[in-house]
Amino acid sequence: MPQSDTPPFPDSTKRRDLLATGTLALGCAGACALAVPFLNSLKNTAITSLSDNTLEVDLSTLAPGQGMTVQWQDWPVFIQRRTPQMLAALQAPAHIATLRDADSKILQQPKDATNWHRSVRPDYGVLVGICTHLGCVPTFEKPGSAPEAKGGYFCPCHGSHFDAAGRVVQRAPAPYNLPVPPVTFLSDTKIRIGHSAGDPGFSMSDIQQI
Amino acid sequence: MSSPPQTPGWLEQRFPIMSVLRREYVAFPMPRNLNALWSFGAFLIVTMAFMIASGLFLAINYTPDITQAFASVEAIDRHIPSGWFLRSLHMGGVTMLFGCLYIHIGRSLWYGSYKAPRELLWLTGLGLMLMIMVTAFAGYVLPWGQMSYWGATVVLNAVRAVPLIGRPVSELLLGGENLGNIALHRLFVLHFTMAFAILGTIALHVAALHVVKSNNPSGIDPTSPGQTLPFHPYYTSRDGFALCLFLMVYAGLVFFLPSLLTLADNYVQANPLITPRDIRPEWYFAPFYAILRAVPSRLGGLTFAAGSLAVLFALPWLDRSTVRVATQRPLVRFSLPFAFASFVLLGIAGMQPPTETWLVVSRVAMAWWFIHFLLVIPLTSEREIPS
Repeated sequence: MPQSDTPPFPDSTKRRDLLATGTLALGCAGACALAVPFLNSLKNTAITSLSDNTLEVDLSTLAPGQGMTVQWQDWPVFIQRRTPQMLAALQAPAHIATLRDADSKILQQPKDATNWHRSVRPDYGVLVGICTHLGCVPTFEKPGSAPEAKGGYFCPCHGSHFDAAGRVVQRAPAPYNLPVPPVTFLSDTKIRIGHSAGDPGFSMSDIQQI
Repeated sequence: MSSPPQTPGWLEQRFPIMSVLRREYVAFPMPRNLNALWSFGAFLIVTMAFMIASGLFLAINYTPDITQAFASVEAIDRHIPSGWFLRSLHMGGVTMLFGCLYIHIGRSLWYGSYKAPRELLWLTGLGLMLMIMVTAFAGYVLPWGQMSYWGATVVLNAVRAVPLIGRPVSELLLGGENLGNIALHRLFVLHFTMAFAILGTIALHVAALHVVKSNNPSGIDPTSPGQTLPFHPYYTSRDGFALCLFLMVYAGLVFFLPSLLTLADNYVQANPLITPRDIRPEWYFAPFYAILRAVPSRLGGLTFAAGSLAVLFALPWLDRSTVRVATQRPLVRFSLPFAFASFVLLGIAGMQPPTETWLVVSRVAMAWWFIHFLLVIPLTSEREIPS
């Protein structure tokens, strides 16, 4: 190599500028492409395995008015055996007037639960127990107990109130009714959560919000 | 090269980062005659960046618990989106890292880059090598396969056999008598803590380089500006081109040969009751493993394995010759290639079953390594006549 001084820059550097810009742009594009698998690895892998997960529950131990909580897909699922008084309260016009979405217009339930009692059969209610406000788990208060005489689900975090069918009241901060999971009655006292015979195409990933 | 503005700007007055970058990475004087071996430092930094990035994303999906570690690594390979890529990038990166490291060190030995005034550059570099070895060992335990478990058992028992400090150090690592849950968690923390310690030491190494400047293949430091070139654009474009070639090799390893350098036994979960029949170290530890086996004494083997690295640390003071480059030293030019060959032979021997032939090969190679550094280098450094 000759020991001369640094070669002088040519007068016109446009060609070199183009090469430098092109190299830089392609380098950045490559770095962005490389970032894709890195971010990809952070994706939720549970979503893909959501559909084939079912749970069978025996309801023979539930007396009228009694409830139980089971875990399905890491969610608490409230199962309530409703009394005639509770069903009557759900249909009272004065109560319906206080609800945000009394007719379940927003997709928060399978088709066979899009009715006034939001369940396959009126005497059993099945709800995903996650408040649609910010995700706390509501607790069930019996009719007649304070503070709401009609009873229903109360969220301890921000005071959202849902009736026994999981319908949210207008003055609550929660925007939507409680989600209803797909349910199939296998017999009078046995249900399968995770598949709906009345709405086979239903998937929990389609609902408005859980 | 445009000259810096007359009045320093707002940022410049408070934090002169732009002028420092211009001085150290644009106008920085580099010798004109560097060959391809001077690109391996850049390769090492890029590989290290890949290791840290892939390591962070692997750590997100890894569970440091002996009942779940193996399954979580399997899940990364099979279940996590692109997890196979991250793990392959991390495992292939180890090979690229050690490969470049050994070439980088070999280049320094051949061209005398360890000599005055670059002793600190040499020592920080060797320190980095030791840190990378510790990190690689800790990382290898994490998948909790059979090789992880038995490799760790052997190494930790070797550490325990060191007089005086061995027992306390191994207890600090193990947190008990046996290799179990506590040890796995500690090795996990050690693994990623060391990664960031390495990052800091690289900063020291590069800072030391920018004080003493690069050595070059002639071994004679440039004396006038005419003998240098600015770092940018000459060496940025040159290193950039070399990096493209390097990344092609790395990508080939990651995408086409992900299982080339791993052992099938490490895809069997750790079993404390059965040692695999065919236990071998990873290739980058094979030379030291060969020394451990070649010496018929536990403490002796450890001493010689540690000594093979210790002679490198002592090298700037063992070699008193003012001539840097091996090609200008008739005896070193003859002896050093045999030392390199010894290292490679030890590596090959370490991967073979311990038959009599391979033990003899290991002993001869080991002997030459020590003869070169402890006899040839000190004895010739003042006697030989530079060519």
